[in-house]
Amino acid sequence: MRRITSAVIQKAVAELCIKANMQLRPDVLAALKAAYRREKKPRAKDILGAIIKNATLARRENLAICQDTGLPCVFVELGDNVRITGELNAAINKGVEIGYKKGYLRNSIVKDPLSRRGSGYQPAIIHLDLVRGSNLRLTVLPKGFGCENKSRLRMFLPTANIEQIKQFIIASVKEAGPDACPPYVVGVGIGGTADFACLLAKKALLGKITSNQHRAASIKHTLEQDLLSAINKLNIGPMGLGGKTTCLGVNIQTHPTHIAGLPVAINISCHALRSATKRL
Amino acid sequence: MKRIATPFENKQILGLRAGDNVLLTGIIYTARDQAHKRLSECINQKKRPPIDLIGGVIYYCGPNPAPKERIIGSCGPTTSSRMDEFSPILLKAGLSGMIGKGRRSKEVIRAIKKYRAVYFLTYAGCGALLSDYVKKVKLAAYPELGPEAIYRLEVKGFPLIVGVDSRGYDVY
Repeated sequence: MRRITSAVIQKAVAELCIKANMQLRPDVLAALKAAYRREKKPRAKDILGAIIKNATLARRENLAICQDTGLPCVFVELGDNVRITGELNAAINKGVEIGYKKGYLRNSIVKDPLSRRGSGYQPAIIHLDLVRGSNLRLTVLPKGFGCENKSRLRMFLPTANIEQIKQFIIASVKEAGPDACPPYVVGVGIGGTADFACLLAKKALLGKITSNQHRAASIKHTLEQDLLSAINKLNIGPMGLGGKTTCLGVNIQTHPTHIAGLPVAINISCHALRSATKRL
Repeated sequence: MKRIATPFENKQILGLRAGDNVLLTGIIYTARDQAHKRLSECINQKKRPPIDLIGGVIYYCGPNPAPKERIIGSCGPTTSSRMDEFSPILLKAGLSGMIGKGRRSKEVIRAIKKYRAVYFLTYAGCGALLSDYVKKVKLAAYPELGPEAIYRLEVKGFPLIVGVDSRGYDVY
């Protein structure tokens, strides 16, 4: 049995919060640069240029990429051969608070969703998966709410066809329009239950967005490619002011589901898709 | 590229067209959801708002705290449509300009036209970059709202795009 102390977890989470908020993911930055090269429309090119410059400046000056430092979502993959000494949830939440304070990152959490009273740095949204092995893998995804507000779920009939699913996803992006900081990354969760599909959609955002073309041919892969090209034809463009670049990538995760249903969830990310991972 | 300065004069606003690139110099006030709710309540109850709205400009922004050796953290725009419910009330009370990201409702566009105001967009998701254009920061109202408090920002050459002009033309 391998032992990991809560102090080690707390420190790792604090570092990940700062890293995720200040250093744009390499795959996202590469996708933005490729889009900049492709884009012909001067306004779209200018905005993509500003987005790339912003990422460079944030990294150099230790500033948040976006003032919406998000609701910190923490994904934990805990090996079954690991024993944690101390309290895992408390360590994560304390780590988030320390990281956000140390990084001068905005506290965007309101304690009571109804009265809207009480602000703070935590609690984070924590997802725990038990896996085989002797490692603990931590991922922090600070999720901005401009784009989180555009999340959608639809429970399709099990007899629905791919085209109907495609149209639902494209319509959801169209509805988000210029509001949620395009170009977007679209996470899609298909299968499981209603809640599980939503989680899959969010987890899909953690996958690299540039690795799609190397994947083996499958229904899922084809759907990702088709959606990417269909969404980029919407002419929403950077900041919604038109252009070829509405979407940087589409990632789909699937899971077995019930014979009576077909849940499809969408979690859209703005161009500032931020996440950082550390294996302990 | 057009240049404008606060306080806005009618002539300046009327000369702007949807889609124009503009650089703004002067004073802007940050205000987002809860501050809008309070400002509107204030106006509806015929009380004096804590900031001077007449000819003023509101920026939909909740800035990050200032790191050492800087005056403000990341400070980009938040989604404007969440303020749609309140903007017509503020415009009626004399507000001249708004800065944010994304679309506005028909009611807001109508009010912009009626009161000869203007709605600007700025680089969305570029809070680090925009913080470089802020020269002075002062807490102006509602400190208890934390990140949603109203801050008075002195900006120089702040980059904007006209989203809705005073004739009601919408860039979207």
